[in-house]
Amino acid sequence: MNIIVCIKQVPGTADVKIDPVDNTLIREDVPNIINPFDLYAIEEGLRLKESFGGKVTVISMGPPQAADALKEALSMGADEAVLLADRAFAGSDSWATAYTLSRAIQVIGAFDIILCGRQAIDGDTGQVGPGLARQLGITQLTYVFKIRKVDPPGKIIMVDRLLEEGHEIVEAVLPALLTVVKDINQPRSPSLADIRRAAKLKIRLMTATDLTGVDRTRLGLDGSPTKVIKIFNPPRREGILDMIRADTAEEAAAQLADKILSEKII
Amino acid sequence: MPLLEIDKTKCVGCGNCVDVCPFGALSLEGDTVVVNEKCTGCGACLEACPFMALRLPESPSPGTGDMKQYSGVWVWIEQFNGQMGNLAIEILGQGRRLADLRHSALTACVLGHHIEPITREAISYGADRVFWVDAPSLAVYRTAPYAAVLINLARLHKPEIFLLGASSRGRDLAGSVATDLYTGLTADCTGLDIDPEKGLLIQTRPAFGGNIMAMIICPGHRPQMATVRHRVFEKPPANLLRQGEVITIAPALTEEQISTRVTNFIPEIDKVNLAYARIIVSGGRGVGGPEGFKPLRELADILGGTIGASRSAVDAGWISYAHQVGQTGRTVRPDLYIACGISGAIQHLAGMKTSKVIVAINKNPDAPIFSVAHYGITGDLFQIVPALTAQFKKRLNK
Ligand SMILES: Cc1cc2nc3c(=O)[nH]c(=O)nc-3n(C[C@H](O)[C@H](O)[C@H](O)COP(=O)(O)OP(=O)(O)OC[C@H]3O[C@@H](n4cnc5c(N)ncnc54)[C@H](O)[C@@H]3O)c2cc1C
Ligand SMILES: Nc1ncnc2c1ncn2[C@@H]1O[C@H](COP(=O)(O)O)[C@@H](O)[C@H]1O
Repeated sequence: MNIIVCIKQVPGTADVKIDPVDNTLIREDVPNIINPFDLYAIEEGLRLKESFGGKVTVISMGPPQAADALKEALSMGADEAVLLADRAFAGSDSWATAYTLSRAIQVIGAFDIILCGRQAIDGDTGQVGPGLARQLGITQLTYVFKIRKVDPPGKIIMVDRLLEEGHEIVEAVLPALLTVVKDINQPRSPSLADIRRAAKLKIRLMTATDLTGVDRTRLGLDGSPTKVIKIFNPPRREGILDMIRADTAEEAAAQLADKILSEKII
Repeated sequence: MPLLEIDKTKCVGCGNCVDVCPFGALSLEGDTVVVNEKCTGCGACLEACPFMALRLPESPSPGTGDMKQYSGVWVWIEQFNGQMGNLAIEILGQGRRLADLRHSALTACVLGHHIEPITREAISYGADRVFWVDAPSLAVYRTAPYAAVLINLARLHKPEIFLLGASSRGRDLAGSVATDLYTGLTADCTGLDIDPEKGLLIQTRPAFGGNIMAMIICPGHRPQMATVRHRVFEKPPANLLRQGEVITIAPALTEEQISTRVTNFIPEIDKVNLAYARIIVSGGRGVGGPEGFKPLRELADILGGTIGASRSAVDAGWISYAHQVGQTGRTVRPDLYIACGISGAIQHLAGMKTSKVIVAINKNPDAPIFSVAHYGITGDLFQIVPALTAQFKKRLNK
């Protein structure tokens, strides 16, 4: 079975702090990480390979340092890695990203399952997966938290999808694109030996010229229908904190209960 | 090569842009700033520059043709088991507002099976026209048959604006529809407005887990599509006397053309509906273990609230992921959020800081949670929370 996993490198926002003076992001050497949801996608791809054979190809579109994310995926056990890096791709919105990934996947070749994370934690859109499925004209299964059954010769997959009211079980025709949520698995951590082995593997680099039949007007900033016109910090609510001070927990609780009731929300 | 262009004649090397760059792509070299290949062209730095030395190349989009052919605001009415959800009503209210600003009509797209009452409801909440598509193949939401209907209708009738809910189904559907229409889609909007000069839809949405707000437009493609977050906009009142037109539309795909089948639906047993909870009592690492949620549950029971949690508590296995609030959990906007033993990491704040009233109970007076709280108590949650429960028991006569 050929499995493709789309991964994005994102700023590891764990260490980001907001400067209390000018309300800007303070980033001191914040390392880039694999989008956390994509780790689940990689893990699920590896598990499918372990059950059904085949290979896992990880693909990422991004600046050259996105190679680090791909190396990490290789050390987890992925077989091949493709980096889509070209100035022509820069500034892509979710439409252009899905388009570019779809053309690259057509060049990479036949596949049975594509896995994406539920959303990227920098953009938080969750649109690239559905966009990519549509570009490729394949079945789309979002918010998957369990793969129940895969029947590669019969071209059938059965999954559980997480929705607001509960979960639904869906049977679908392969090839399919799945976006996965956190509950699906526990991603493995590569050992030192894995990391060393992965360091020797080559990453295949693709630029716009490698994408056959690509419409260049649909790439990057130019090909992106949406434009960011302004970025600003959310309005702060400063000086609003009412700190309750009392000698005993009972007193503090009594004061707090009064204040909450005065808000007339209970 | 990075996208950002730096006008070296204007740059004085103040470093403001270096601080705001979320990707660490800018640095100071002598008296000017330099950009490296980490730049993604996000534009976060443009505003920060007091000297207007930074620029992103502007280029005309290929576009969808003549913008003037496009008019009207559309909304997709999400329904589950024949019931229209709150989010759909909130979007009808926004759709109505935008349609009035554009002096155009509001159309509701109602898809499903046995859903006729929803067509009338949609009109009562502000729709002028309803596209009503009723078929067994649409009874349960599935991407392909729903997307096919909306894509066909949008190609034929050319709406200017198209809004959907940022629910699981709404995001699933919007991504598919926008792809075929080759148009812009802005996810998870918390603000929608019309630019008075150009008439464009200005879409405001949080990014980077809520640290940054972005204003986004879609100048050269139509419709301008957006998904809208729940509980950001008020529900409009229903006017049962409102009149509107209901147009019957045939489904676009036959069952044979659809590659998915929903075989079963399992409602959530331990129903955690955080998204619409009015009151949330949330616990973090400070609760110390699974039993630590017990006093929180007692408080939540008295208040009619729901239990939330930080990622640390979820990762430790003390409570299930369905309770997680934050960037990688649920985004919530209750009337009251009581954070107990939660430090207030930025990823947690991203999911709850727009709550109407925030209460923080934490041992550490410097915990960042206090920076977003309206009321705070410094102290041990195992003393404060039971005392608070007792107070409410008394006052609410329970
Ligand atoms: C990519 C990424 C995504 C993330 N997404 C999320 C997310 O969606 N949601 C989320 O919550 N986190 C998320 N995190 C994790 C986040 O960074 C924090 O690690 C986490 O929120 C901390 O949880 P906490 O506040 O419960 O724990 P801690 O930071 O350990 O804080 C515990 C707090 O409890 C207080 N305390 C201890 N004992 C008591 C007591 N007896 N009484 C009163 N107070 C007490 C302490 O003073 C402390 O402030 C994410 C992190 C990353 C890197
Ligand atoms: N630049 C990219 N390269 C590879 N995969 C991506 C990229 N951007 C998004 N994805 C995939 O699409 C998912 C959703 O991303 P988003 O729509 O940006 O929230 C991610 O979890 C990835 O699996």
